[in-house]
Order: sequence, then structure tokens, then C-alpha cells
Amino acid sequence: MSIVADFTRVHRKLAAVKGRKIEAPPFKTPVARRPSNSKLDWFMGYRRENDRVGVRNHVLLLPLDDLSNAACEAVANNIKGTLAIPHAYGRLQFGEDLEVHFRTLIGTGANPNVAAVIVIGIEEGWTRRVVDGIAVTGKPVVGFGIETHGDISTIARASYVAKEYVQWASELTREKCPLSELWVSTKCGESDTTTGLSSCPTVGNMYDKLIPRGIHGVFGETSEITGAEHLCQARAATEEVGKRWFDMWKAYQDDVIEAHKTDDLSDSQPTKGNIAGGLTTIEEKALGNLEKIGRECKFIEILEPAQTPSKGPGLYYMDTSSAAAECVTLMAAGGFVVHTFPTGQGNVIGNPILPVIKISGNPKTVRTMPEHIDLDVSGILKRTLTIPEAGDELISMIVRTANGRLTAAEALGHREFSMTKLYRSA
Amino acid sequence: MSSPHCLAHDHKDTVAVVVVERLKAGTDMLGVVTHDNSDFRVRAQQDIPIGHKVALKDIKAGETIWKYGQDIGKAIAPIKKGEHVHVHNVKTKRW
Repeated sequence: MSIVADFTRVHRKLAAVKGRKIEAPPFKTPVARRPSNSKLDWFMGYRRENDRVGVRNHVLLLPLDDLSNAACEAVANNIKGTLAIPHAYGRLQFGEDLEVHFRTLIGTGANPNVAAVIVIGIEEGWTRRVVDGIAVTGKPVVGFGIETHGDISTIARASYVAKEYVQWASELTREKCPLSELWVSTKCGESDTTTGLSSCPTVGNMYDKLIPRGIHGVFGETSEITGAEHLCQARAATEEVGKRWFDMWKAYQDDVIEAHKTDDLSDSQPTKGNIAGGLTTIEEKALGNLEKIGRECKFIEILEPAQTPSKGPGLYYMDTSSAAAECVTLMAAGGFVVHTFPTGQGNVIGNPILPVIKISGNPKTVRTMPEHIDLDVSGILKRTLTIPEAGDELISMIVRTANGRLTAAEALGHREFSMTKLYRSA
Repeated sequence: MSSPHCLAHDHKDTVAVVVVERLKAGTDMLGVVTHDNSDFRVRAQQDIPIGHKVALKDIKAGETIWKYGQDIGKAIAPIKKGEHVHVHNVKTKRW
């Protein structure tokens, strides 16, 4: 499985679209350079003020609420190299739902893939709360409230700061960091039966190799463990963590699914895409999903949505939705810097600050959607590639991504930033 | 070994996943159990799309379907060995 093979697929794809009258000029295939580091025990990252290491260097325009999206997008348009991440919520939320909202915004700004942050909110009180939360990391952060100023003045004031931030950030340099400083998350999407056979066990093999080397890992998707909950509980590091995990899973079944379902969830979990791909039941989907945590590693703690791990290196469970963008947004807010995303039918998700590596073992998806796939593990189905070999290829791709290689989702501009909403606003 | 037509995870499994495209009824399929790389044969009774499952034995309505060596639901219609197994003849036991 060489890097050149990726480009062969692109050529084939271009040949295929010619039939649809899209003419592509011939181009000479560039060959990617493998990391010189053959043991893959370090990567080049940005060491932040709080000693966490990032693999991207974003200057964020972070809206507190839906009303502030326009101002953030205007500043990002003014100042090149900045990134606005609009979202749909932030007004009249309360209780646990509001806590998740703040934790997500603060965690996103605090993520080491982010160099500096400008927060814009409709008013200054809650804006200040987000700024103060991010400021704990020591990185440059400032907030602007729109009320009493209006959009135009706010955009002007924020643009002056954004220009200073982006020029400052552009002079930061990557430094050599041990692999153990990587925080690697996982969540799969548009799964099918090939994910449970190939791409999910590839991620599992990677965790079995890298968790013992001291990385942080996380998996989640509470509804999607249904059918494999007995196996998941058994993977808790202690009986006490397992008991708390089961109570959390059961509470979701009782308080959310039982309370809100209209008939059953068979039309939603598995999804229509899952069913088209051959997955028949939630139990089958869950068993494939759980392949992502491999054979050896045990999870040491349960995280609330968007919570940052605080018990040191190891594998964590985060209580998330199974919807791709919501889950990856929460994991990014938890501080993870590289994401591994197995897909069967071809989920195209990305994230604004977290590079999302797509892994697929479905030969049809690799053939029909090659521009979305970073790592092709379809050889596992043909028995020409073993899962340990695929795991090594994934580790190499994680290091290349950490070193700066843009993922397919980044190159294609996928920046899905989806806030988790627990219940309707006041 | 030549490329398999279908893969089962575990010896206990009563279904396997078709891993080739355009599988036609009547194909004498080569199957592999990924747990230990042992192989088996099963004849496809229907065209089965890639990623979809084939029955490895005759299954009665109400019987549990096994995959990954685990319970993945129950048959809601009788299924013959070699037939396509999916939402038309299997349902979750959960919701």
C-alpha cells in the first residue's frame, strides 16, 4: 500500500468523470515524502503556553451565539489566515445544556490546535465567561460584545486585533515532540459491515500500540454501544468505572430514548446509509463500532460531553451523541488534536480545528469517493493486508497529519462545527 | 490464498459478510473466518450486494442471529443457507 497508489485512484477517477464531460488535464503525480522518522516516535508540533502540543495553528473567530456569526465571518473575511466557526445556538440556554455550550466553546478555544482566539458575543457578560475560560491556557484571547457598538464598529475593532494575532501566530514554529504528547480521538460514521471488519479494527490496533506509549485516546457514541454494552463495560479499567459507565449508558436509554421515541429507532439507528451498507441491527452496528478500541486497552475515566481529560495518559470514554459532527466537535473541545474516522459508505465530515483522518475498507467507497479517503484499508477484506499492518499505516498517517499534511476533509473545506443541544432553550 | 467472497468473524457466527461487488446467485463462495483464517464454502442462493450478509445455515423464524460470536438480533422469517440476510428477515431485539 504505497502513497503513490492514492494518486493512481485520482487518475482513475478523472478518467471516470470524463464520461460526464468533465475534462481534466493530465498532471504529473507528485510523490509524498514519508516521515524521515522511521520509528514514528516523534512529530513536529506547536507547543503552547500551557505545554500542550497542537498540530495546527488556527486563529479563531469564535461566536458566543448565533447572533454573532455575521460579525465573526466579516472579520475572517477581512483578515486572511483567520477562521470563523459559526454555529446555531447560545441564547436562552440554561442548566446542563448551557454548561455543555460553554464547555464546548471554551474547550474549542483552548484546544492546542488553536494559537489565539477572538470571541464575539451579542453582550459582554457571557462573552467574558468564554474569554476567561480560554485565558487559563495562557494563549492570546480577547472578547467583544456587540451591544452598544453595533456590528460595524465591532468588526473594525476585532479586525485590528485579528491582524495582530494572525501575524504573531504565523511566526510560531513547529518543534520536535514525543509521540506521547498526541491526543488522538476516534468516532466512525456511515458505518457498514466493512467498518467492523477493517477500518474500526485498524483504529483499535493503533490504540493497542499507542496507548501503552502514553498518548491520550477517546471514544464515545453512547446510543451506538447498544448491543455491545456488556463488552464495553468489561473494558473499563476498574469495576467502579465500569459501573458508572453502565449507569450513564442506561440513563441515556431510559431518559432520552424511552422518553422521546415514537415507535422504535430502527429508522434512525442504524441509519439509512448503514442499512444500505448491509448493517441490519443496532447490535451489529455496536459490535463493529467497539472494534475501535482494539483488544488490549481499557478506558480509565468517563468524560462529560466536551470535558477535558485530567487523569493523565490513557483511553477515555466521552458521553456523546453518535451523530458525526456533534461527536467530533465535542472531542475537539475535549482537547484532542488528531481524529481517526473509520467510514464504510463514505461520511465526508471534517472539523474546523481538528484534522479528521478518514479510513475506509470498503473497496466500492474507495473507488467511488477517493477524494475523501486518507487511508485505504480495503486490502483487509481481500486478505492482502493484515490488521496489524493497517494499524502501522494508520500510525504513519497520524504522524504525517500531525506534521502538517492536510487531511482529505481539510483540503475539501469540511469544517462542520455542531453544538450538542440537550433540550430546547427557555 | 485467493481473495475470499465473504468473511465471518467467529466460528459461532451464522452469517458472513459479502466482500466482493456484483456477487451473483449460484456462486460457490470462498469464505474465511477472520478469527483464525480458516476457510469454508457456501453457495449464494441470491445476488447479494457487497457488505450485505449471507446465511451460513438454515435459520428458523425467531432464532438468534450470531455475528462477532455475539447476538445481533432475531430472524423474523425463515432463512435458508446461502440466502441474503438483512432487514427483510432480521430485526433487532432492542428497539
